[in-house]
Amino acid sequence: MKSSRRKFLKIAGVSALGLGAKPVLDVLAASGEHEETSKPEIMKGKDALIAKRWAMVVDTRKIESEEDLKPMIEACHKIHNVPEFENKNHEIKWIWLEEFKHEFPTQEHEFVDERVKHLPFLTLCNHCQNPACVRVCPTKATFKREDGIVLMDFHRCIGCRFCMAACPYGSRSFNFRDPRPFIKETNPEFPTRTKGVVEKCNFCAERLAVGRMPACVEASNGVLTFGDLDDPESEVRKLLKANYAIRRKPALGAGPSVFYII
Amino acid sequence: MLEKALTGSKRYYGWMAALLAVISVGFVCYLWQFRFGLGITGMSRDVSWGFYIAQFTFLVGVAASAVMVVLPYYLHDYKAFGRITILGEFLAVASVTMCILFIFVDLGQPIRVMNVLLHPTPNSILFWDMIVLNGYLLLNIVISWKVLEAERNNVAPPKWLKPFIYISIPWAVSIHTVTAYLYCGLPGRGFWLTAILAPRFLSSAFAAGPALLILLCMIVRKFTKFDPGKEQIQSLAKVVAYAITVNVFFFLCEVFVVFYSKIPDHMDHLIYLFVGLHGHGVLVPWMWASMILMVVSIILLVNPVTRKNETVLVAACITVFVSTWIDKGLGMISGGFVPNPLHHVNEYVPTVPEILISIAVWAIGFLVLTVLYKIGVTVKEEIAGLA
Ligand code: SF4
Repeated sequence: MKSSRRKFLKIAGVSALGLGAKPVLDVLAASGEHEETSKPEIMKGKDALIAKRWAMVVDTRKIESEEDLKPMIEACHKIHNVPEFENKNHEIKWIWLEEFKHEFPTQEHEFVDERVKHLPFLTLCNHCQNPACVRVCPTKATFKREDGIVLMDFHRCIGCRFCMAACPYGSRSFNFRDPRPFIKETNPEFPTRTKGVVEKCNFCAERLAVGRMPACVEASNGVLTFGDLDDPESEVRKLLKANYAIRRKPALGAGPSVFYII
Repeated sequence: MLEKALTGSKRYYGWMAALLAVISVGFVCYLWQFRFGLGITGMSRDVSWGFYIAQFTFLVGVAASAVMVVLPYYLHDYKAFGRITILGEFLAVASVTMCILFIFVDLGQPIRVMNVLLHPTPNSILFWDMIVLNGYLLLNIVISWKVLEAERNNVAPPKWLKPFIYISIPWAVSIHTVTAYLYCGLPGRGFWLTAILAPRFLSSAFAAGPALLILLCMIVRKFTKFDPGKEQIQSLAKVVAYAITVNVFFFLCEVFVVFYSKIPDHMDHLIYLFVGLHGHGVLVPWMWASMILMVVSIILLVNPVTRKNETVLVAACITVFVSTWIDKGLGMISGGFVPNPLHHVNEYVPTVPEILISIAVWAIGFLVLTVLYKIGVTVKEEIAGLA
């Protein structure tokens, strides 16, 4: 049961608890006629969006002010039950805003043009090709799926926070206390977390599994484009072909899947 | 032999009771942390490892330093150290015990700790650290116990023990190397991303550990009838002298590379630690104190006149211990997290319960150490016909 749940997590993309699992999970029981397939096989939901390598392009030219970006942050934090703390030490965030000099510290210089200098940049997990967090996790609680999404198993995490030290983008948060009392309105479709585990953006794996785009992308008014980096005909590839885009800290070789058109 | 820990002087019982009192205060704080979460500490999203992991790192070094008495005795047949190998090995046992406890109190989900065994993950350095630390603990328990037992019965230690003793020598080096690898393989942390981190860890360990051992030898001499010996203490002092010198040299190598290359990601942390960054610098006085004390101790220890004076030697050993503790137990870990990967400066200061829990873990270590030393010293006294 445990291993089948894990396999399901990996393939179908519901990141925890298996909420809404039944509609997308089709287990071929190892009984009678399926003797040669003794292991249960898991099929993707019929509406699931699939890709070889999911990626996101942020078109910063379409952003005027923070107001354009706030709905995306709100949408994400609301559906994912991200709590709000007053104590900054306990802060949890999946997606947030940074200035250019913090988002791209190695590319910053004193002559950056005024627009870029004051532009808010959307910051989230990069779902790297070579994720350091996955490399260091001692329990495989954080892992990379075949479609490139880096996920968390909140039930396996021991809270050692090695992944937080390893992430070069500061994308991970830790539950320093029970988050539940600090969730404004709990979304029953997505699990809440317990104290003592790490969490981060999951590229809305649970929505892709049922054929929906990530919440931030839906709320972005065209600022964000999401698609398959492996498919030359995808929207993200078309955008990257026509525009020069940058990634965060390219010299580290992590291979981020989030691109920024400046 | 265990029964020897059960009888003792009033002072012995008093000391044990004091330790137990300190432990129970920390235990209550831990229960609070267990219920509330790690939010009772000063750690944050930016500085996600703090005092606990820093103590762990420092103590791995103290544990590894047992090799500094084991190696000369078993590999170079330096007879004098035969008298004190047991003290070094017992110190290693107590230190590794503290290391394991510090990792444990740092976990967000301690009851899930067995997940590390249920889902073994060789690409994680933490997995290897678990193996080398537990292995080292076991090696030292078995070796020290068997050797002491043989000594008591006035026979040679069993032959099968030899290979384990030889293995324990590189094993000691491995525990601190692997611990350094926890940090120095992380791509976004310029402070730790240096090949000299493991050598630096080892050099400061071989200074701090033997310095503590000298102090312990002096205490044993003062309060028991067993004398670890003048020559032994002087030989250890030479080890401390050169280890602390090498440690400062390694640090200067680091400083050169960082500031001559002028790569900001690497400079910022040292700037934060030694002069402060963007108006933040809680650790600045500590780091300078550490550096000054290291230099003072080099002067006192390399110079034979001061080294041979045992009063000065005690002062020098305390200096070494304090300076290396500040370096590793305070600066090394939080220094790597400030500034954060996005170049924000959020400082870390431990909270009172966090410090009380840490002190309690230290007290548990000293409790284990006291029991082991009590046994070891009583046996030695008996052999010498003093008891
Ligand atoms: S905190 Fe959890 S996810 Fe992160 S490395 Fe530790 S066990 Fe893995």
